[in-house]
Parts: sequence; C-alpha cells; structure tokens
Amino acid sequence: MIHLTIDNKPIEVAEGRTLLEACREHGIHIPTLCYHPALEPYGGCRLCVVEVSMGGRKPRLVASCVYPCEEGAVVQTQSETVVRSRRITAELILAGSYHTPEILALGEELGVKEVRFKLDEENACVLCGLCVRACNEIVGVSAISVIQRGIAKKVATPFEVKSSRCIGCGTCVLICPTVAFRFESVAGFQYVSPKESAYHLGYYRLGGELDLRPNFVQDIAGLLSHEPRAAGEPGKQVGDSYDR
Amino acid sequence: MQVSVSEINDIINKEAMGDGSLIAALEEIQERYRYLPAEALILASERLGVPLSQAYSVATFYNAFSLKPKGKHCLHVCMGTACHVRGSPQVLERLESKLGIKAGETTRDHLFTLETVNCLGACALGPIVVTDGEYSGQMTSQKVDALLKAVLRVEAET
Amino acid sequence: MTQLQSIAEFQSWQQALAAAWDETRPCLRVCDGTGCRALGSQKVLAALRDEIRQAQLDTPIEVVGTGCPGFCECGPLITIYPQRISYQKVRLQDVPEIVAQTLSKGKILDRLLYTDPLSGEHIKLEPELPFYQRQKRLVLDFNGRIDPTKIEDYIALGGYTALAKVLGSMTPEQVIAEVKAAGLRGRGGAGFPTGAKWQLCRDNVLKVGQGYIVCNADEGDPGAFMDRSVVEGNPHSVIEGMLIGAYAMGVHQGFVYIRAEYPLAIENLKIAIRQAEAAGLLGKDILGSGFDFTLGVRLGAGAFVCGEETALMASIEGRIGEPRPRPPYPAEAGLWGKPTNINNVKSWATIPIIINKGADWYASIGTEKSKGTLIFSVVGKINNTGLVEVPMGISLRQLIFDIGGGIPKGKAFKAAQIGGPSGGCLPAEHLDVPMDYESLTALGAIVGSGGLVVADEDTCMVDFARYFMNFTQEESCGKCVPCRIGTKAMLSTLERICAGKGQPGDVEYLLELAQAVKNSSLCGLGQTAPNPVLTTIRYFRDEYDAHIFDKKCPAKVCKGLITYSINAEKCNGCMVCLRNCTSGAISGAKREVHVIDNNLCTRCGVCLNVCKFEAVEVN
Repeated sequence: MIHLTIDNKPIEVAEGRTLLEACREHGIHIPTLCYHPALEPYGGCRLCVVEVSMGGRKPRLVASCVYPCEEGAVVQTQSETVVRSRRITAELILAGSYHTPEILALGEELGVKEVRFKLDEENACVLCGLCVRACNEIVGVSAISVIQRGIAKKVATPFEVKSSRCIGCGTCVLICPTVAFRFESVAGFQYVSPKESAYHLGYYRLGGELDLRPNFVQDIAGLLSHEPRAAGEPGKQVGDSYDR
Repeated sequence: MQVSVSEINDIINKEAMGDGSLIAALEEIQERYRYLPAEALILASERLGVPLSQAYSVATFYNAFSLKPKGKHCLHVCMGTACHVRGSPQVLERLESKLGIKAGETTRDHLFTLETVNCLGACALGPIVVTDGEYSGQMTSQKVDALLKAVLRVEAET
Repeated sequence: MTQLQSIAEFQSWQQALAAAWDETRPCLRVCDGTGCRALGSQKVLAALRDEIRQAQLDTPIEVVGTGCPGFCECGPLITIYPQRISYQKVRLQDVPEIVAQTLSKGKILDRLLYTDPLSGEHIKLEPELPFYQRQKRLVLDFNGRIDPTKIEDYIALGGYTALAKVLGSMTPEQVIAEVKAAGLRGRGGAGFPTGAKWQLCRDNVLKVGQGYIVCNADEGDPGAFMDRSVVEGNPHSVIEGMLIGAYAMGVHQGFVYIRAEYPLAIENLKIAIRQAEAAGLLGKDILGSGFDFTLGVRLGAGAFVCGEETALMASIEGRIGEPRPRPPYPAEAGLWGKPTNINNVKSWATIPIIINKGADWYASIGTEKSKGTLIFSVVGKINNTGLVEVPMGISLRQLIFDIGGGIPKGKAFKAAQIGGPSGGCLPAEHLDVPMDYESLTALGAIVGSGGLVVADEDTCMVDFARYFMNFTQEESCGKCVPCRIGTKAMLSTLERICAGKGQPGDVEYLLELAQAVKNSSLCGLGQTAPNPVLTTIRYFRDEYDAHIFDKKCPAKVCKGLITYSINAEKCNGCMVCLRNCTSGAISGAKREVHVIDNNLCTRCGVCLNVCKFEAVEVN
C-alpha cells in the first residue's frame, strides 16, 4: 500500500494507482475532460492538475490522471495555484468553443468570468481525443485519428473522406463530452459524421450483415489495376469502391 | 511526374525488410516525388503494419511531408533568429510579393514553391535563401529579384 | 579495412597512425562545413587541388576538407600547415595567388589575414587569433584538424582509445562512477547529471534485460548549429561516446536521431558508422571483448517538438511527435516500453574525453556545480559569428566582447537571448553573469543547447518576443490545452501590441497566461515557451509600455508604429527607390524630391536598402 497526504488528509491506496484514481476512491472531486476509466489516460486537457510536493521540495502542478501515487507525496487539489490554473485552462478551452453548452458549464464550475481571447473558428470538438482513443483501444478499428499539428489539429478520417474502416458502432458519438458528432438514421442506414464536417465518417445498414473483411485488399487492388496517373490529379478516393 | 505504384511498393518493401520505419519510408517517397501520393500511405500502412489513420496523422503532422505536389523549384527562406535579426522578413515579403503566393504555397504554374525554414545553421551569412539546395547568403530585397531572374533564365533555356 | 579482432590489434594500429600523423608536414586544411560550403568552400577546395597539381611544387602539399572550426564570420577558412597561417574570407579568385605566392614562395597575402577591428593589426597565425585564445576547445578540438570522412584521422589523434580502455580495463560500474565524478550535466539544455541518469537506466536494464540509447541530434533551436558541427566535423566522437555509454548501461542497440535539415551531417555520420563497422568497432564482439553494439540513424521530419525526448521516441516508433507525460521517465520505460537513455550530441562527444583525461581533470574545469565546457553558437548582431567553446563560468561580457568581438557598426549591446525559444533575454545590466546552469536560471534564462543571439539598440524587444512566440506556437504539437491555445492567445496579444493595437492590461494578461502555460503544459516546449515573453517584460517593460500607451516602437521596427519618409535635403531625385517600391507608394519625377505616401507604404524596407544617399528615414 502507498501512503500519501491529499488535502491534508492521510490517504492509503493500493500500488499502481494514479492520483486521480486515489482521489475518486476517497470522494475528492477533480474535474476532467479527456479522462475515461476505460481508456489509457491521455494527460491532454490539463484540467485535472493538482499540486504535488515530494520530500519537502517546491510543489509543482501535475496531471493527476497520469501521475502515479508515490510514498510520502503531499498533494493539494484546491490550492490557489490549482484553482487558478484550472480556471485559465477552462477559459482557453472556451476560446475555441464559446457556444458549446457543456464547455460553458465547465467554465462556470471553474470560475471563468470572461473569455478574453477567442479563436477565429469555433468548434464543438475540444480535441480531448476520447473518440480517437476509443476507436483505437476499445473498438480496435482506428478509423479516425487526430491530424495536423498545433492549433490546426482536428479529428478526421484518412484523406478526410468516408472511412473504409468505420463500422458505424457509434462509440465516438457516445463517448464525446460535447456531442461533436452527429448520429442520424436515414432510410435504413445509420450515419455517423463529425458535426462540422462535410463528409460522413461511415455508415452501417441497420439490420443488415456487417462485412468485417479488411477493406484494404479491395482498395489497393482497385488502385493497382489503374493506369499510372499524373501526380496531382485527383485519383479515386479511398473507400469509393467500397459498398456495404 | 508519373506516380508508379510498383516503385512505391519497392521503397516500402525495402524498409519493411530493414528497420520498418514508417517515417523513413515516407521520407524516401517524399524525396522521390516531392509529395506523398495516397498510394504511398495506403501501401505503407499495409506493409508496415500501421493503421492508415496513423499513417495519415504522421503525413500531416511533420513539416517534411506534403500531400500536394511541390513546385519545380523550391525556395526556402531561413527564418532563424540570426537571419530574422538581419532582415529575413523583408526578404520573405519580397519573394511573396514577386511570386504572388504566401509561404507554404506553390505558384499556379507549379514552377515555384516558397517555404520558410527554421534555421539552416549558416548564421554568419544571414539572411539566407536556399534555391533547390543552393545557398544564397546576405540576401536583400534587391538580390531576391536577381535570384528569381536567374532561375527564370535557366527555365527559359531548357 | 580489416576488422580488428582484439584490443591489442587496435592499439598497434592506433600507434602506427599516431606516429604517421605529422602536423609539421605541409598541408592546407580548409573548412568544409555547411556554413563555409554556403560561402563556396567546395569550389575553393577544388580550385586549390587543381592549382596545386598544375603548379608542381617542390614539396607535396596535401589539401584536406575539415569540419567547422567555428570562426564562421570569416569563412571560407584555410589554415596553412605547418606554420598554421590563417587565411580568411577566401574567394575563388584568390586561389591562384595563394598557390603562386604563399605556397611556392612563402609570401603572405595580407588582405586574406584577420584584421583586428580595433587596432587594425593583421594577425597571421591561427593560435594567435583572439577569437580562439579565450576558448577551451575540448569537444571542438578535432574540428578543423581532421577529415571527418576518414576514421584513420580520428584514430591518429587518439580516437577510440577511450573505448579500448573501457573494454579492456573498466567495468560498467566504474565507467558510470567516472562520469558521475566528472560532474558532466546534460548538454541538451536541462543540465541533468549525466552519471545519475546513466545509473537509473542501467538499474532498469538489469531488471528488464533490454534497453536502448539515443543521441538527440534534432537541434531545433533557430540560430544553433553546434550539434551539427560536431556531427559534421567529428562524427566518430559521438559514436565512441555512445559505445562507451552502451557498455556502461548494458544495452546493445542505439539510434542517432538527427534532423533531416542537416544533409552533410547525416552523410558524414553514415560514412563514419560504415567505417566503424568495417573496422569492427561497431557490431558483434567489439575488439574481442564480447560486447555487441549496433547504431542506427533515424531522421527527423521537420518538427521542433521532436527535440523533446518523449516526442523524439514517439517519432522513432513511427508515430506523431506528441510528448508523453513523465513519469514514467525514459530510463524506466522509453522506446517500445524499454529503458532508454537519451543524451545530446555534445554530452556523448564529451564521454571519450572524460575517460581519457580522467574525471578529476574534467571536474577541474568550470565552476563548482557546472563542470566542463559549453559550446555556444554566437549569432545575431555580433562581429564574430560562430561557434565558441568556453569553460563554464566565463562571463557573458567576455563571450560577447572578448571572443565575439563586440557589436558591429559601433552599436550598443541591448540583450542576449540565451537558450533559444525556451530561454530568456538578458540585458546589459547582467553582462557579468557567469555562464553556468544555476546563475542563468536565476535570471530567467537557461543554458539550453547553447544558442546565444545578440540584439543591439536597433532590435525591438517586443518584436523579439513575438518572433519566439510565433516559433513555439507554430511548433506546438497541439496535444495539451495550455500550449495549443495558450501560446496562440499570447502570440495574438503580442501581434496586436506590435501592430499598435495594444491595450492597457495586455501586459498583465500576458503575465497571467505565461504563468499558466509555464505551470500546466505537458512538456518542456510549453513549459518554456513563455520564457522570452517573461524575460522581455521583466527587463524591457518600458518598451512594452511605449508600444501600448504611446503607440511608439522605440527601436523603430514594428511596422504599425513607424513611418518612412524621404529627407528632402538628401534626396537627389534619382528614382531608384520609386522603381523598387513594391506598393507604388513613392512618387516624384526625375531630379525632384520624392515623397512616400504612408497610406500605401508597407514598410518593407526596400527603399532604405537601395537609396545611396541615405535619404530614407524611419520615424
């Protein structure tokens, strides 16, 4: 067992727990956005930060969802530094999602008074990565990923066209904290698509048979049978030849 | 340039037999074609055992890769600190103005691609513009005009 | 080349090569590093070889292309042995005369000698150049002397003798003890004690049974090129250091992760690895010791964040360069989950020196807590741009004025940015700071990888901070909120200030954001990105205030706050500026005073450059 102090209370936890898990076990509330118990912790939203001090050294902020419980650690979950940090982090998330109800509620909970900076484009997606991580780790299909870098990051399928791997399970829709996906049923088909996108992620024919054959073999056969094309010419889109 | 799927296949297979490094395979294809055709990502994904979504993430994350073909002549302007302090922004501005494109873009005739680079490490000669691998140091806005003229002259001759 | 089978075989080869190495023999050593190549050194080398062959001199003279010795401001550089005459800024047209006069008749060409800017005196010999005199060249010692593409040169000067000593007479524990005693701290920037780091890795490798070592040659700091010069000019020093480290930590596979923007360094490194393999210094059963080690090269793909060790490992694994939270540290779980030790180029290159000369000798250089030497790339508004290697503890003043030669055109020193985009700007009042880890951190800067950019009175410090913020913001991987959005918010504010749209409260907002980004970002990129902003606000608050409240840019740099005008008394109506103006903002007929329309003027600066009469003024 590991012994540490959280908010001046002595706490005992099993080995291998993170600070967040220890807090939740003991009823201490820590706000999170990108954390899900069924997935590997990501450490991306930085809302779950707490202050940790080891051996009397200066405390520093760490993400509790990934930081392990260490013997003798002194943890503060509501210090001024922590509260301030979470507030600014929430304000920064609001910078890109200033009309999204779930994020507005988060901002209010964490004391955001004013959103002083706004990004040019608004998006319900806060890049928590839950959809991508679920698709990779749980569903195992890896139909989507986070593309590009920095402020231009977004969740998309390869080449931003209909996925040849998506099985329409809807996990991404369900796990998304801000409902940034659309899930609609039209004429016997269930469509999944990112809210702001112009394409469908994938679809599943309700009541039909799920064809789980790897699509790659069909796609590449199709591509290889074509004449070599000049660079830059739009070729066949991935998944075009695929029909469920 | 024709995109040869069998050539791409060979490059990727060679890497699969060796280190199996996705990035190394893509870098070789990028150098050969000056961009990454879709076939490259699909084949790399299959042969190197990497989900296509991961390959696409990699292709869009790193500056070295381009999903669109680059121009025939690549102009790189060094925007490192030393060059910045010696006036590289003006050099870049002149190039953008003369070519009619912004950094990161290619001219409509596919002749020029203009890009910025973060420090080439030849700081004594700043500001620097590298044209198709050749370094031009101590650049000024006037020298930009001369540089472009020289490239166009060679183009006209071929 | 035959594979060496034993330490004894290596030693006799080494002794033979050392005996044959003769710096009293006539030889022309020409810098062939990237910097000098950009100035035409390859053509100079070819011309020298041609000219010498044609001249049919009495004594044969060798011509060797070497790595970068560091005096980049004065390249192309030639050092003529045995006297060690130093010729600088050599052009193609100088070559025939060099051969005909200096090599044939021993006549010195004064115009090619270094001229002291203060005394006007010519300095003939390389060891007498003030640029080199205050340096203590340990890691850079061989640069400028050896041909980096010949392993024999490296061995002749003592290369791989440290490896032989380690394999023949030291246990891994003894090697680690030596590195600890030397007090070497990571030269990548963080300054973590290298010996302690090796110990952690070794302990974990023993538990797990496998591990890796990595050389971080990603060197992304703009303005920094010392790692490049070490790999270009002396790649074997890195290989030897890694061999010794691998032995100490019990690992058998290593990687050099090097940025793709360094083609010459990559080429020389690959040649060196091939030669080491051919000689049996890499591979199986090295020198008959039973120790195996292979070294691979992995290229970066244009992402500054991959200089961060966890992002670097992700990149080697074929993923995007997103850092991972630590703990677990790489020493515990790194590449493919195995214990991994990552060190910077200069750290690895220092290891053979420590083994050969001993920990005590190394620890006698530098200060109490910062041992050894540092290599700085001194660039920007400085007379002697280049690489310098100095003992820790030397003052910033000595670096900039004694070695760097001071500020060009007699301008005043304003600030030195130390540590690249992760570091801080120090003003004139701190010129006497000793260059060591603790002293610089206390003032808000960091040693970093050794980048040192000098700014003078014509540099706007707000624009300077904006420049660095623009860089880190572009290079942010985007995984965590504070860095992805916080740096954008900071940049946006700085851009507004530079455009003349700053508002009261902006500086306070920047400070608040800076603290948040610094404290809660996931990795070192985000945690250090606010440093330039924090230090410029700390030391140059008046410039920020001038931009925000007075709408003025004191250094006359920020385009939104300056206007260009033509001095009627100096203008002679030659129309040159008019013709070159990119926005048609200048009007005026021949021999009439020209006028700039500030509504059209984009402040591009072309007119300022082309006017031969200094009639263009900036207000």
